[in-house]
Amino acid sequence: MRDFYLVQEFQNNMFIIKHKKIFISISIVLVLLSVISLFVFGLKVGIDFNGGALTEVVYKDSRPAQADLDAAFKTLDFGSVLIQPTGDLGYIVKSLDLNETQHVLLLKTLSQDGKSPLEEKNFNSIGPSVGKELTRKAIIAIILVSLGIIFFIAFAFRKVSRPVSSWKYGLMAIVSLLHDVIIPIGLFTLLSHFYGAEIDTLFVVAALTILGLSVSDTIVIFDRIRENLRNKIGTSFSETVGKSLDQSYMRSIFTSLTVIIVLLSLFFFGPESTKYFALMLTAGMFFGTYSSIFLASPLLVLIEEWQSKK
Amino acid sequence: MWGCNIKKYIMLKKIISILIVLILGSAVAFFVFKSEPKLNSNFENESSFFKNSPFRLGLDLSGGSHLIYKADVSGVQAGDVTVSMDALRDVIERRVNLFGVSEPIVQVQSSGFVSGSEEKLIVDLPGVTDVEKATAMIGQTPLLEFKTEAPKDAPQTVIVGKNGKIDLGAIDIGPKFVSTELTGRYLKKATLEFDQNTREPKVSLQFDDTGTKLFAQITKDNIGKMVAIYLDGAPISTPVVREEIPNGQAVISGNFTPVEGKQLVGRLNSGALPVPISLLSRQTIGATLGGDAVAAGVKAAIIGFLVVALFLILWYRLPGLIAVLALCIYITIMLALFKLLPVTLTAAGIAGFIISIGIAVDANILIFERLKEELHSDRTIINAVAAGFHRAWSSIRDSNISTIISAMILFWFGTPLIKGFALTLGMGVLVSMFSAIMISRIFLSGFILIGEGKVARFLFSSGISK
Repeated sequence: MRDFYLVQEFQNNMFIIKHKKIFISISIVLVLLSVISLFVFGLKVGIDFNGGALTEVVYKDSRPAQADLDAAFKTLDFGSVLIQPTGDLGYIVKSLDLNETQHVLLLKTLSQDGKSPLEEKNFNSIGPSVGKELTRKAIIAIILVSLGIIFFIAFAFRKVSRPVSSWKYGLMAIVSLLHDVIIPIGLFTLLSHFYGAEIDTLFVVAALTILGLSVSDTIVIFDRIRENLRNKIGTSFSETVGKSLDQSYMRSIFTSLTVIIVLLSLFFFGPESTKYFALMLTAGMFFGTYSSIFLASPLLVLIEEWQSKK
Repeated sequence: MWGCNIKKYIMLKKIISILIVLILGSAVAFFVFKSEPKLNSNFENESSFFKNSPFRLGLDLSGGSHLIYKADVSGVQAGDVTVSMDALRDVIERRVNLFGVSEPIVQVQSSGFVSGSEEKLIVDLPGVTDVEKATAMIGQTPLLEFKTEAPKDAPQTVIVGKNGKIDLGAIDIGPKFVSTELTGRYLKKATLEFDQNTREPKVSLQFDDTGTKLFAQITKDNIGKMVAIYLDGAPISTPVVREEIPNGQAVISGNFTPVEGKQLVGRLNSGALPVPISLLSRQTIGATLGGDAVAAGVKAAIIGFLVVALFLILWYRLPGLIAVLALCIYITIMLALFKLLPVTLTAAGIAGFIISIGIAVDANILIFERLKEELHSDRTIINAVAAGFHRAWSSIRDSNISTIISAMILFWFGTPLIKGFALTLGMGVLVSMFSAIMISRIFLSGFILIGEGKVARFLFSSGISK
């Protein structure tokens, strides 16, 4: 029984390496689609970074017609006001940032001078300077996390190994990392376009967390490759990689699976404010696992093949 | 004979370690349970240790207001900015406390490379959604008053205790104060100085022209008596007048520490030189929205946990069950830490914690997969378990380092929202490395004792492999 099982595994591992070009192509296509979607649809930047105000109200009995409210706001000097229905009895109002007087006036207008009683569920007004500060912080955090991860990769692959030099492992880890971040961002552009999702602080946090979570999968598999190279397992580099993949793909999938389970639970049952966050992280974990099995290691084999052709 | 004894001894030792882990785990769970009013019907009668350890909820969960003020420090000399901002925080903090808000947070965010060029004051008011009143109260200029002792001829009530003696403690022998015309408006500035002979700190006051005249009159009338300085209705200093001070230059000396002196200077200056503030941004979350978010977060956590537990038990059998036990202990440790540290929980923080439940079992999965591999290479269960833990360690360490790096940087640079997420996630990764490795190792090595039979091999195997 056990011998038969081993033969099965052997065929499995060669499956990925044999068809590596297909898997790499899938990744390339997905990344390209994401980039195109980013340019076509663009990303809406939310008030966290741009400044502005967001007011969410729920009416006690029935909500007034949107056109009436739009007309009422036209007569006031509020700049552009965007009203969106939410739930059965609510509206979300997006406007420029408001001071106290303007805020009171906004609520008065929404309640039609008290004719339609309402409850304010959420009010968020962010001045432009606070938005600028957040943008600045986000950029610094992105740079530092990226540097931190790159240094970590450099550290993890500091030992030189043959036949592929260690910096190439690091490079492949970074390539797959970019892949893992770009695809969820592409997905977010679709959410942004079709459901009005906006870039907020949590979007940045999600992107940075993906960086942290997905690099670990790749490193676990690369570690296995180097261990097997040392122990001279497999007759060729591609066979060693294949065997290593076979030994580690299950744990790679399962470690991600448990995280994806809790993320999906967070998406379906969790608070409204973290829904897109959970969805983006789920996508990040999914493509992170895909890239560590079907992209990073096949790319290593491809590089080795190019090297030996020269 | 000897071998048998040693075996018994090892067995006993393992059973004791398992018991210790279980008892400690239960104790932590007991604490979490006891200190949660929703779970403990007898909560009102618990000791203060339990009562004072609630989960601390952030504004987005408890409902409340988050205000960011910009402080205009253009009128303050560069070196005095920190002092002025501390004084400002001090004043606002006392006002917010007067407002009757439970656990308000008032903090200064200094300008810098990361936070931009403005000095900011951040005020969190949990439970306050009627912000108009609060902002009006916060925004007013601090009021500094000088008061003099009221005449001593007012009658005093004396209470005779049950034993026939007069209760001396109940007699109000302290003087009462009446307002004067002198206020912080006439105070030019206060500075902290050190006596040239004694090196003791003293606070020097300088009044403007009108203030000098008023102060001269007050000191002349009250020699040997106290002059009380009130800030927003509360006394901050009650020095005794030694002599008439006609030139508007007064010194408050006494045995205060430099820190106390500095604080007094800050308070005096806040009345004299308030830093003008303006509201930059404001967020108000209704209590219902926050309550819904908490309920949804708890639901997501429970469902996520159950599905992960089911997966672990079905796929990894006995080791899976142990991993679930370790996960339970991990969750109780984290909840207890949230209460004891305490950690302010936000929606993002709860998300971080839920994600950490998924990450916490990663270490177990890495160990179990290695264990499976070792069992395949015909090792005994004992050897396989030892090798599984030993060989999986480097993978566990490496796969957690990158998450810790991200969490640390996010915590360092984040806004409160990001900090909450980074803290729970980072804590989760650290605690889970301990729980997944230590706790499951103790349990697994205990279960090894069931021997090497077919049943044992089945229980330690996993997945679809035979």
